[in-house]
Amino acid sequence: MTENLIEIKGVTHAYKTASGPLPVLDGLNVSVPEGTFAAVVGPSGCGKSTLTKLVAGLMKPDSGEVWLHGELVKGPRKTVGMAFQNPVLLEWRTILDNVILPLEIVAPKMSKAKCVARAMELLDMVGLVGFEHKRPSELSGGMRQRASLCRSLVHKPDVLIMDEPFGALDAFTREDLWQTMRDLRRAEPFTAVLITHDLRESVFLGDQVIVLSGRPARSQYVMNVDLPEDRTLDVLFTPKAADMLHRLRDQIKIAQGRDVEAHS
Amino acid sequence: MIGKIATPLLAVLVFLGLWELLVWVNDWPNYKMASPSDLPPAFWKYKELFFTMGWQTLWRTVAGLMLAVVFGTLIGMVIGFSKIARDALYPLLIGFNAIPKATLVPVISLIFIGQHDFNTVLMAFMISFFPIAVSVGIGLSTLEPEYRDILRALGATRFTIFRKIALPKTLPEFFGALKVSATLAFIGTNLVEIVSPHGRGLGALFKSGETNGDYPLMFAVLIALAFLGIVLYYAVVFLERVFAGWADREGT
Repeated sequence: MTENLIEIKGVTHAYKTASGPLPVLDGLNVSVPEGTFAAVVGPSGCGKSTLTKLVAGLMKPDSGEVWLHGELVKGPRKTVGMAFQNPVLLEWRTILDNVILPLEIVAPKMSKAKCVARAMELLDMVGLVGFEHKRPSELSGGMRQRASLCRSLVHKPDVLIMDEPFGALDAFTREDLWQTMRDLRRAEPFTAVLITHDLRESVFLGDQVIVLSGRPARSQYVMNVDLPEDRTLDVLFTPKAADMLHRLRDQIKIAQGRDVEAHS
Repeated sequence: MIGKIATPLLAVLVFLGLWELLVWVNDWPNYKMASPSDLPPAFWKYKELFFTMGWQTLWRTVAGLMLAVVFGTLIGMVIGFSKIARDALYPLLIGFNAIPKATLVPVISLIFIGQHDFNTVLMAFMISFFPIAVSVGIGLSTLEPEYRDILRALGATRFTIFRKIALPKTLPEFFGALKVSATLAFIGTNLVEIVSPHGRGLGALFKSGETNGDYPLMFAVLIALAFLGIVLYYAVVFLERVFAGWADREGT
């Protein structure tokens, strides 16, 4: 039994708004064992993004605790990588310099040559060699997101936190990036938390899928994805995957406060 | 490349031609409106004055503009990062900007009596810092939180985030404002040069043309001012290309 790398214990959080406090998380519990991939799904606005900020140490919960590596999270730490729906690449830097950016913060003494070698290693894995000297504006949306993933992994974080990183891409590009994600994890294992709205994505990439309830969110349902480690997209067409997707769909409806349709 | 220089040059020639035609058709005397053909003799007659006074106007304008860049950027940073400062400073800034600067000329010339250079630089500065402050402030306050978070999640300091992300990201807005400020600064400089007794610079040359009834000289000064304005504007464009050329999407 591996130790849980991420442990979220009874986290409750509310935002202050003009019309009073808006509770978003209510006694949330999540455990992610080291080296595994947790996909988090839930209705819109249920506090999924808040969860990423708490794990990254960008926010403190009103109550409850977030543990990383057996340490209580009190602020940002250098061992975290983040990726968002918007690739947030810096337009004035080349792709290569964008990927290097975290190293400038985390390892300011690392030589330029080493930084470049490390960045190129990742760009090679995602198929962006030859584009390293281009600016972000010259790349397609999928390529920008690949570069963004490289940037979030360049400093070898032990946790990668992703907030709908593939949400703005077209369906085919998205499937390409799922496979890229799978290959990256195979090459350099890391623990991942993925916020998503796409149930197929959660089943293809996740080791466990966590369904959050509607706001204020609790962990409503946890499903272990019982599929082979080495998945291809074909696995999504198996009866087993279809059954899992079906169960998740029902849970989302419950989270949205709707009745589960009678299965025929 | 040839087109880039030839096109605006041709436009200027057409403009001068139409101007000449307008004066010729109406048969206006040069005290009503001088024509372009009156200008070369005026320039030639006072060529040394144009150089010395043009230089005075230029350096004081650039000095005022540089002050505006430093002070405007600082104010912009304060109102960009702090909501309290934004709420507190905006009414003051807008109120100050709304005051016609001509009314301030006697005020500052009384505070700093005889300090002509200083007063001129001060006015160029006062008239031109506002666009810079506002644009830097807006650029910083509208920075998407994700841009901040990618570095903040790694424990970067506020200063590092400012230097690596906020500052370069604001550069296009900054240069946009600087183009406006560069031309405004000339207005400030000339205001003091024209209104101050015994002033120097192109404004004073204009004033002396008026006093002596030398109308071609007055028009020649206006053209010289326009020329300096164009030079400074393109100097800013050049700097923009160097420092914020990435924002230019032409051809991509």
